[in-house]
Amino acid sequence: MILPLRLEEVSFVARGRAIIERISLGVEAGHASIILGANGAGKSVLMRLMHGLLAPSGGTIKWNGEGRHKQAMVFQRPVMLRRSALANVTYALALAGVDRAEREAQAREALAGVGLLPLAQRAARVLSGGEQQRLALARAWALHPEVLFLDEPTANLDPGATREIETVIKAFDAAGTKIVMSTHNLAQARRLGDEILFLHQGRLVERAPVDRFFKQPASAEAAAFIKGELPWV
Amino acid sequence: MQEIAKSFSGAAALIASGDATLFGIVLLSLEVSLSAVLLATLLGLPLGAAIAVGRFPGRRTIIVLLNALMGLPPVVVGLVVYLLLSRAGPLGALGLLFTPGAMVIAQTVLILPIIAALCRQAVEDAWLEYEEQLRSLGAHGVRAALTVLWDIRFSLLTAILAGLGRAAAEVGAVIIVGGNIDGVTRVMTTTIALETSKGDLPLALSLGVILISIVLVINAAAYGLKEAAQRRYG
Repeated sequence: MILPLRLEEVSFVARGRAIIERISLGVEAGHASIILGANGAGKSVLMRLMHGLLAPSGGTIKWNGEGRHKQAMVFQRPVMLRRSALANVTYALALAGVDRAEREAQAREALAGVGLLPLAQRAARVLSGGEQQRLALARAWALHPEVLFLDEPTANLDPGATREIETVIKAFDAAGTKIVMSTHNLAQARRLGDEILFLHQGRLVERAPVDRFFKQPASAEAAAFIKGELPWV
Repeated sequence: MQEIAKSFSGAAALIASGDATLFGIVLLSLEVSLSAVLLATLLGLPLGAAIAVGRFPGRRTIIVLLNALMGLPPVVVGLVVYLLLSRAGPLGALGLLFTPGAMVIAQTVLILPIIAALCRQAVEDAWLEYEEQLRSLGAHGVRAALTVLWDIRFSLLTAILAGLGRAAAEVGAVIIVGGNIDGVTRVMTTTIALETSKGDLPLALSLGVILISIVLVINAAAYGLKEAAQRRYG
């Protein structure tokens, strides 16, 4: 178990500007956590700090146990290698130290999980945006991570592709993977999340179960954000 | 005008006759330039990739220097290699001066900066796109660099071809270190220079036509390969 993850007074400064300011929080197994906030609130940077792609300028980030490959991340724009969809997944498995003999079977299983098995031999880069994002999910999922970070995974997709991605994320959630996802889409946060982490200008302003967050936001910033995004409520 | 027409028909006849001297010269040219390209590629791709991905003091200076060296004058390269290989020079004991080996060395020095600099640029651009994803998947260092190099292999072909074009076309370096010795170090470009001054225009012209044709065919093949790869792999 690499969870829980503990952040203590974590800050991140880039070019003299504070992107993340003194955030302390624990990420526990179970509930799907949605990081919500406006553009520039620090959602992506916070996820990159947790995933280990960025080093904090201050504070500490501690996992409960070792295991780089027990956490995975899916980016807003997935980067696919110029090889087949299947080979993109086996590449990730190879990096994780999976035996050569087992890679293909595991990769096929992961592709089947996102409905891409018929396209396994297709070149990854010629797939559509939605298919590439599902492939990115399969690539992350093939490692059976304990935690899956998703950075606005549907921001560039049409509604149909978005629905497919959400179905896959729900399946991962149901299978017991801890989902940590950023979005600025309130409806999506409601559909997928159990709890909301609301960021505003680099600070964690509010953390609440989804229902309570939308019905009775405790902070003025969250209330304004919800009103701004859903002016008819 | 008539002179030109006569030269052309003479050149056509010479090529058609399959003249042994002519094709010996063409063959040696290809051997020298392709060997230089092979060596410069083996050295230049890792060098370019390392500079692209590495972070070390003096990196910017090296990049500027490398870019500047792309325009290295062949005669200067020839002169420096000549000094190194001449009997009194530090590498004189190898006895390479006025051999095809010396020509390969000179051309390698000439095109190494071209291949390394173009590779550096290509890898750096790709690295911007790939870095986060590869680190997230757990690829680091040499493994990550090799993944990127393999992924942009068709772009690197352009860098290698630029090197080949330069090597096949230059005359200054090979004429100094090779000496343009008949049957030993005489290549297409040096022969063209010599025969033009001697007035044997058909031979010079036929070599020119062959040289351009070879470069054209290689570039067309590479372009076709790149197009096909683009369609296949995206």
